[in-house]
Amino acid sequence: MTLWVAVLLACALAYATKLAGHLVPARRLEGRRMRRVTGLLPVALLTSLVVVQTFGSPTGGFVVDARVVGLGAAVVALLLRAPFIVVVIVGAVVAAGLRAVGWA
Amino acid sequence: MADEGADRSPQRLEPAARAAVLRQAWSVGLATGAYGISFGALGVASGLDAWQTCALSALMFTGGSQFAFVGVVGAGGTGIAAIATATLLGIRNGLYGLQVSEFLHDRGWRRAVAAQLTIDESTAVGIAQPSRRGSQVGFWHTGIAVYLFWNLFTLAGAILGNQLGDPRRWGLDAAAAAAFVALLWPRLHSRDAAATAAVAVVLTVAVAPWAPAGIPVLVAALAAVLVGLSPRRAPSAPPASGGSS
Repeated sequence: MTLWVAVLLACALAYATKLAGHLVPARRLEGRRMRRVTGLLPVALLTSLVVVQTFGSPTGGFVVDARVVGLGAAVVALLLRAPFIVVVIVGAVVAAGLRAVGWA
Repeated sequence: MADEGADRSPQRLEPAARAAVLRQAWSVGLATGAYGISFGALGVASGLDAWQTCALSALMFTGGSQFAFVGVVGAGGTGIAAIATATLLGIRNGLYGLQVSEFLHDRGWRRAVAAQLTIDESTAVGIAQPSRRGSQVGFWHTGIAVYLFWNLFTLAGAILGNQLGDPRRWGLDAAAAAAFVALLWPRLHSRDAAATAAVAVVLTVAVAPWAPAGIPVLVAALAAVLVGLSPRRAPSAPPASGGSS
């Protein structure tokens, strides 16, 4: 599958999901358990993405490098109620700074 | 739009109320749209070209899924894994659609456009308004504002990202981790969410050494199923008619 096909397919599925919500009668999806699972789904996926993006190595397995410190700084920024863009920049700047001075 | 305002909500908003909704909508739009610049830069850093990166913002238009898609691709995952992760993360937009269609009542092409604009921010601003008309104005203006700024800033980020060279040198890999943790942060407020996150970490760490890139994240989705189907903890569950969540 070329990257373009993947991009367009993922976009089509994203739109279909959104549209389905508007078309399905509201009472249809009331199952409490299903709602609970789908409500928690973003938490599970995003948590896993944090782990993979922080520790994943291109050769498989985990490594500890400047990204961990960048993530720690980002969490501190979140604790200080910084807006999204600031959190992202703090993570990048800290990791880039550590690499610039030769650490990891 | 003839049938709106059947319940206590007025047909038209007071000018002051309307101005307040618009101010909220466009400031949320600008603030959210601005981080499109980090998505644009990460997109090209992950190996997508600028067109593909911009196509994601224009067509997929749901930040979490977009970050996930480029994250999986950047980690060397397959197209299928990227599609699956992005789609699972986008399921919540379907649930938002259910809520939004309760106050929107649009048909035809307006409903088709409203569906594309159904994301975290437009839904949140829409639901937060006290009147039905306010909800409609809030939803549409927030959706349009985010769409506009998100796409503009994505383009800027993609162009910028192409000038940067090695993304690691600029800490863009750490920026992606920071973006995910910032998206996760506001969702960690409940015990269920904390338990789900903990299980997701365990699953990811257990699977990652053996599985190809992109698969650990999908396995971690099981954490939502495990916690979601487990019995609720007693203290916070009032009998019957409670249920405000």
